[in-house]
Amino acid sequence: MESQRCQIQPAGKEDLCTLRRRKGGGKTSEREAIRAGRLGGSEGANGRPAAASEDTNGRPVEEKRSLQDGHRRTGTCSVLALVAVLSLITRFYKILEPPHICWDETHFGKMGSYYINRTFFFDVHPPLGKMLIGLAGHLTGYDGSFPFIRPGDKYEDHDYWGMRGFCALLGSCLPPVAYLTVQELSRSSTAALIAAATLVFDTGCITISQYILLDPILMFFIMGSVLCTVKFNQQRHRPFSAPWWLWLVLTGVNLAGALGVKFVGLFVIMLVGLNTAWDLWRLLGDLDLPLAEFWKHLSARVFGLILLPLTLYIMIFAVHFVVLKKSGPGDGFFSSAFQSRLIGNNLHNASMPEYLAYGSTVTVKNIRIAGGYLHSHWHLYPEGVGARQQQVTGYLHKDYNNLWLVQRPNNSEDLSRTPDLVRHGDVIRLEHKETTRFLHSHLHKAPLTKKHLQVTGYGINGTGDPNDLWQVEVCGGRQGDPVKVLRSKVRFLHRATGCVLYSTGKTLPKWGWEQVEVTCSPYLKETPNSQWNIEDHINHKLPNISLSLLKPSFLEILVESHIVMIRGNSGLKPKDHESSSKPWHWPVNYQGLRFSGVNETEYRVYLLGNPVIWWLNLLSIGLYLLMATTAAVLLQRGVQLGGRSQERCQVLLDGGGLLFLGWLLHYLPFYTMGRILYYHHYFPAMLFSSMLTGITLDILLQCGDLLFPLAVARHLHRVAQGLLLAAFIYSFYLFHPLSYGMRGPLAHDPASAMAGLRWMESWEF
Amino acid sequence: MLESIKLPITVKADVNLVLVALTLMGLVTRLCGINFPKAVVFDEVYYGQFVSLYMKQLFFIDESGPPLGHMILALGAYLGGFDGNFVWDRIGAEYTSNVPVWSLRVIPALAGALCVPLGYQVMVELRYSHLTAVGATLLLLLENALIVQSRFMLLESLLIFFLLTAVLFYLRFHNAYSSGERSLTLWVWLVMSGVSCACALGVKYTGVFTYMLLLGLAVFHTWQLIGNQALSNALVMVQVMVRSFALLILPVLCYFGFFYVHLSLLCRSGPHDPMMSSAFQASLEVTWCMAYSVQMFFCMYSFLCFFSVCPASYSVSNLCAEFQGGLSRITQWQPLEVAYGSQVTLRSVSSKPVPCWLHSHRVNYPIRYEDGRGSSHQQQITCYPFKDVNNWWVIKDPGRQELVVSSPPQTVKHGDIIQLVHGMTSRFLNTHDVAAPVSPHLQEVSGYIDFNVSMPSQNLWKVEILNRESERAVWKTIYSEVQLVHVNTSAVLKLSGASLPEWGFRQLEVVGDKLSKGYQQRWAWNVEEHRYGRSHEQKEREQELHSPTHIDISRNLTFIDKFLEVQLKMLTMKIEETEHKYSSSPLEWVTMDTNIVYWLHPSSNAQIHLIGNIVTWTFANLGLALFSLLFIWYLLRRRRNIHDIPEETWHQFVQAGAVCAGGWVVNYLPFFMMEKTLFLYHYLPALTFKILLLSVVIEHLHVHIFRSSLQRRSLEGVLLAGLALVYVCYHTLSPFTYGYPELSSEDIPFLRWRESWDILIRQH
Repeated sequence: MESQRCQIQPAGKEDLCTLRRRKGGGKTSEREAIRAGRLGGSEGANGRPAAASEDTNGRPVEEKRSLQDGHRRTGTCSVLALVAVLSLITRFYKILEPPHICWDETHFGKMGSYYINRTFFFDVHPPLGKMLIGLAGHLTGYDGSFPFIRPGDKYEDHDYWGMRGFCALLGSCLPPVAYLTVQELSRSSTAALIAAATLVFDTGCITISQYILLDPILMFFIMGSVLCTVKFNQQRHRPFSAPWWLWLVLTGVNLAGALGVKFVGLFVIMLVGLNTAWDLWRLLGDLDLPLAEFWKHLSARVFGLILLPLTLYIMIFAVHFVVLKKSGPGDGFFSSAFQSRLIGNNLHNASMPEYLAYGSTVTVKNIRIAGGYLHSHWHLYPEGVGARQQQVTGYLHKDYNNLWLVQRPNNSEDLSRTPDLVRHGDVIRLEHKETTRFLHSHLHKAPLTKKHLQVTGYGINGTGDPNDLWQVEVCGGRQGDPVKVLRSKVRFLHRATGCVLYSTGKTLPKWGWEQVEVTCSPYLKETPNSQWNIEDHINHKLPNISLSLLKPSFLEILVESHIVMIRGNSGLKPKDHESSSKPWHWPVNYQGLRFSGVNETEYRVYLLGNPVIWWLNLLSIGLYLLMATTAAVLLQRGVQLGGRSQERCQVLLDGGGLLFLGWLLHYLPFYTMGRILYYHHYFPAMLFSSMLTGITLDILLQCGDLLFPLAVARHLHRVAQGLLLAAFIYSFYLFHPLSYGMRGPLAHDPASAMAGLRWMESWEF
Repeated sequence: MLESIKLPITVKADVNLVLVALTLMGLVTRLCGINFPKAVVFDEVYYGQFVSLYMKQLFFIDESGPPLGHMILALGAYLGGFDGNFVWDRIGAEYTSNVPVWSLRVIPALAGALCVPLGYQVMVELRYSHLTAVGATLLLLLENALIVQSRFMLLESLLIFFLLTAVLFYLRFHNAYSSGERSLTLWVWLVMSGVSCACALGVKYTGVFTYMLLLGLAVFHTWQLIGNQALSNALVMVQVMVRSFALLILPVLCYFGFFYVHLSLLCRSGPHDPMMSSAFQASLEVTWCMAYSVQMFFCMYSFLCFFSVCPASYSVSNLCAEFQGGLSRITQWQPLEVAYGSQVTLRSVSSKPVPCWLHSHRVNYPIRYEDGRGSSHQQQITCYPFKDVNNWWVIKDPGRQELVVSSPPQTVKHGDIIQLVHGMTSRFLNTHDVAAPVSPHLQEVSGYIDFNVSMPSQNLWKVEILNRESERAVWKTIYSEVQLVHVNTSAVLKLSGASLPEWGFRQLEVVGDKLSKGYQQRWAWNVEEHRYGRSHEQKEREQELHSPTHIDISRNLTFIDKFLEVQLKMLTMKIEETEHKYSSSPLEWVTMDTNIVYWLHPSSNAQIHLIGNIVTWTFANLGLALFSLLFIWYLLRRRRNIHDIPEETWHQFVQAGAVCAGGWVVNYLPFFMMEKTLFLYHYLPALTFKILLLSVVIEHLHVHIFRSSLQRRSLEGVLLAGLALVYVCYHTLSPFTYGYPELSSEDIPFLRWRESWDILIRQH
C-alpha cells in the first residue's frame, strides 16, 4: 500500500514543482538549484560510509516526502474533521451549565442586552464583540429582558443558550484554524496535530470559550488573521491572482474584527504589519521587479490591510451609534453635544433658558472629553490632603450632587424681578445645591497635582469668604457678553489667587470615591481642562427656548468615543488591596480565575489551563529558542546541511519565527501596562505558544534521524507523537472538572474529584 | 644584559593640544566656584541623606537606584572628612561648617568636565574629522543644563560619563579589531567597555538602556564575525566567548561587586531594617555598633562596681551578663529609631536601687491607703526589676488611633507629644494631681482608661531627649536617654526610689515630679527592647508581646542571598505616585518646555535653574530630523541598488546613527512607558547623544550633500554664526547656571523665554 503511494507521489510532486517554477520565475528555480546542490554536497561532506549516507540522504528523502504528501492528501481532511468534531464536542458539552451568570457574563451579557434594547452605554472595549453577542441573542429568541445584575444570578427561563453557543462555536473554530495554520507553516501534519491537540484538550481554552465573553470572539479573529496572513504569504509567487486577493482581503476583514472586539487586536495588527513590512522590503530589494510593480504591491496592501480594515472598523461604530439611540447609563461620559443625540436624554430636543442667569440651577461640565461634571458631596478631604474641607470633584455620572446655584457675590438677588443675565467678566459665587457650600479655593496644594491649588466646598447657608468668588469668562467673548447655555465655553477665574478652575483628569484615591480631581490651576493657558460648559439650566423665571444643539458629525462622535474608551482603559487601575495578576504568572499557569462558585456546596468552574499542556508550552519556548539559535548560527556559519535539515531550519526560523513573534507581541506589552491585569489576558498569546509547540516538538522529533537509523527514527517519531497525544488526553481527563464544573469538597479533601491534583498551592479549587 | 638597555631613556609624547584646551575649558566651566551656593541644592537633599548614612555606616535601602552612584558621592564625602552629621531636610538649608561642600560636589563636577573630552574622542572613534569633534565638544561644553547638573552632588553627570566611556571603549575596540590589530590593549578596551556599562547601570537603572544598545551593536558585529567563513570554528568560538564574557558576565560580576561593597560598608542596622527579613537584619552588625560607646561605658561602670563598692550584687551580675554579650544578643535585631506604634520596654537609666522597667498590671491602687488618704483607684504603674510581658508599652501618636507602625515609620523626635499605652491592658500612662502612694508630695502615676468618667484623662507626654545632638534628634533605642514630661502638669516621670507595700507587690514606685531641675538619672529612661508593632487587634498584640523580640536565625546569610533580598526589595518597593512641583512629562523635554528651580537665594534674586542652551537644543532637534530623513532616503535607494554615497561613508553614517541616534532613542523613548515621577534631568543622557548626532549630520552635509564650494562656504558661515549664537545663549543664561551674578527683578522677565518656565522673582 505504502510503496504504491510512494511511486505515485513523486511524480505529482515533480509536476507541482515545475508548475511553481514556471510561475515564480527565475528566483524559485535558483533556490531549488541551490538546495539540490547542497543536497548533493552534503552527501560527500557527511563523512559517513557511503552506504549509510545513501540510506539516510538518498532514496528515503523522497520516500519521506511522499509520505508527507500522502498524509496531506488523504489524512489532512480526515484529521481536520476529527479535530473539528472533537473541539465542537469539548466546547458544547454542558454548555448550559451552570444556569447562572458566570464572572464577566454580567458585563458582556448585559451589554448584549443593551443592543437588543437599543440603550446607550459605555464600555472600554470597541463594540463589535458585544454587538455580535447581542445579535446572537436576538436571533435565538433572547429578548434582552434579563438584567445581568451580578454573577450567580439564575437565568431562569431566559434564553441564554444562543449567546453561549455563539461564543462556543467561535471558540471551537480555534483548533481547526490552528491546525491549518501550522500545517501551512510547517508542511507537517504531525506539527499541526500537536498544535490542534494542545488547544482541543486545554481546559483553559474550553472554559473561556463556553461563556458569554469577548475572548472567544477576539481569539477567533486573531487566529483568522494569522491563518489568512500565512495563506497570503504562500501566494507570494502568484501576485494579484484571485486567491492572493482573497486572502489579502480576508486578512483585512479579520484584523478589523479583532480590533473591533478589543484593543488587544492591535497586537495582531502589529504582527501582520511587521510581516507585511518584511514582505515589502523583500519586494523592494528584488531588482527584477519594476518600481511601478512595487507601487502596485504597496497600494494593494495599503488597501487591503489599512483602508479596508479601517473602513470596516468605522462601519462597526456607525452601526453601534445607529443601533444605540436611546439614553442609557453611559450618557455622562460623553459631551453635551453627544448626549443630545440620544432619545430620552434631557438634552435631546432640550428646551431651557438660553442665557445663564443669576439664581439658576445648573450643572457644569468640563469640556475635556470624559472630564466629568463639577461635583461635590458630604465628604471632607482627608487629613493631610490640603485643608480639611468638603471635597469638590469631577463626576462622570448624572447625579443631583452635580447641581449648583449661580449667585451674586453679595447675595442681593431681587427675587421678584426677572433675573439678570450672567455676563462675561461678572463675579459670581457657585453654591452647591445639596450641601449649600460655596465653590472655594485657597493656597493649599491640590491632592494629586501639586502644582495646582485645592478646590473645596466652604461656608454654609450663604455665609462665605472672598475666596468663594469666581469671575466668569466666555472664551473668545468680550466684556458684557451673555453666557450661552450649552454652547459657550466658560472659564472660572478665582478672584483671590488668579487661578482657573481645572479638571486634571486624574482619578482620586479611595477617599475621593475614585472620582476625577478638580483643581485650580495657576497656569492660565486655554485648554479644554480649564473650560466648562453649562449643561442643565433650570430657571423658572425665564422662558424655555428649544435649543437645537450643533449636532456632532459622525467623525466627531467617533473620535470622542475613542478618547473616552482610552481614558476608561487607563483608568482601570488596581484598587488598594486588590491583588492584580502579574504577567509572569501566566505562562507558568500560576493562578487561575474563579468563574463561578467559591465554597463546597456551590457549582464551581475554575479557569485554569491544563497544566501538562501549559508547562509543555513553556518548555517548548525555551526549546525553540535553543533550536532556532542553533539553526541560525549553523546557517550563518555556512555549514553544509542536508536537504532535510536545511528545510527544517527554514521552517523553524520562518514559520516558528512568525509564531514566536506573535507570542512576544501578545505577551510582552502587558508588562508595560499600568491597568489591572487578569489571567485571561494571556489566552491570545497562549494560542501562539501552542502553535509554536507544535512546530518545535515536531522538528525535535524529526531530528531523531540524526541519531538513529531512519526506520527507527520514524518509529520513534510515531511513538512519541502517540505518547504526547495520550498525555494530553489523560491530563484532560484528570482536569476536566475545572471546565465542566465541580461540586462537593475542595481539592484538599481526599473525597474531592480533584483530590491530589492541586499541584500548585496557588490554585484555588 | 645591560647592553640591551638603550640610553638615554626617552619618552615621546603626542599631546593633542586642542583636546587639552577643551578639557581645561570643561574643568573651568564645571569646577569653578562649586562650593557656591553653600546650601542644599535640589536633589542634594535626597542623595545627602544616603551620603550621611554611608558616613555612619548605617544600612539603608534606596529604591531609586543601585548603590554605585551613592557610593561615589560618599567617596567624595569621605575624602573631605565629612562626619555625616547634617540634617538633610529641606532644599536651601545652609550647610554647617562640618560639611565639606567642595569635596561633596567635586566628583560629579569632574565627571561632568570629563564628558567634554569624551565627546571629542567618541566623535574621533566614529571616524569623523577632528574639526567636527571640536564642534561637538564645544556644544557639550556650552550646554547649560549639563553644566548645572554637573556642579552639584547629583548623579546624572556620573551616568553620562560612564555611558560615554562605555561607548568610547567599545568603538575603540571595534575599530582596532577591524583594522586587524590583535594585541592585549584591544581586549583591555573591551573589558573597560563592559566595566563602564556596569558602572552606568550601577549609577542608575536607566543606564541599562545604553547597555542594551551597546550589546545590540556587539551582537551585530559578532554575528558578522560568525558569518565570516574564513575564520575557523575554534577562533569564532573563542571570540564569542571572550566578547560575551566581557560584555555579559563581567558587567554582572561588577554589579554584584557594587552591592558587595555597599553591603560591607553598611554593616550597621539603620532606618530601613524593618523592611528586611529577620535573617537579613541579623546579619547586620547590630545597633550595638551604633551605641557601643554607651555600652562600653555601662560595662566599665559595672566592672568597676563589681570590683569596688557596689551595694547590690544583683545589679552587677545582671548588668554584666547583659552587656557582655547578652544585650547585644537581645537587641541586635531591633529597629534603631523609635516610631509611633513602636513596642518598647522602658528602662530606668538609674540602676539604683535596682535596674527596673516601667511596668503595669491589672491591679488598681487601693481606694484608701493605710494612712487614710484616697487614691484615684486607677491601675497601678510601677517599676519592675524583672523581665516581664507587662513591661511592654506602645508608643502612640495622640492624633492617630492605630497602634501599629506606619510605613515608612514615623519616628518620634525630641519635643514630640506622645501617649504611652500599656501593651497587655491598653491603659494609658497618666498622671494627675493626686498624691502618690508612698511619696505624698509627688503626683500619682496611673494607668487610665476611659471607663470612669469621674476624672479626665491626662495622658499626653512630651519626649525630651537628654543626650540629643540636635533639636530634632530622633529617639533611638538604647542610645537616647529620654525624659517624659507630662503636658498638663509639666511633671516628669521618675522613679521615687521607694518600694510599694504589699498591695503593690513590693515593686518600685513611679511618680510624677513637678520640681525637676537639672539632670538626674532618676527621671531618665531609655528604650531597651524595641520592635515595630504590626498587629491591629488587642489579641494579636498580646501574642506579639509574648513572642521574643528576636528570632534566632543563623547569621550566615551568603552574599548572594543578601544581594537578592536587597535588590528585590529595591525593585519592588512601592513608591507613592506623587507629582512633584517641577516634574514634567517626556513630551515637554524635546522642546524644553519645562525647567527646574534648583536653588533660590534666601534674600536676593540669585537663583539656579536647570535650563539648557536652547539654541543647541533647537539645532540638535533639527539635526535629528535631518538625520532620519537622510537615513530613510539612503536606505530605500540602496535597496534599489542606487548608491548615492560611497559604501565606506554609508557604513560610517550607519554606525554613527546607531550610536548617536540610537543612544537618543534608547535614552528617551522608554520614559514614555515609565510611571514614576519624571524630571527634565532624565533627558540629559539622551541630549548628549543628540548633540553628538548634530555634528555627524553637519559633517555629512558638508562633505556629501553640499558639493559646490559656494554651498560649503555658506554652510561654514552658518555654522560659525550658529556657534556664536550658542555662546551668546550660554552667556545670557549663565546667571541661572552659576547662580551669580545676581539678577535684578527687572532683568529676570527678559530671560523668561518660554511662558512655561517657572522663574521666581522676589518682590521687594
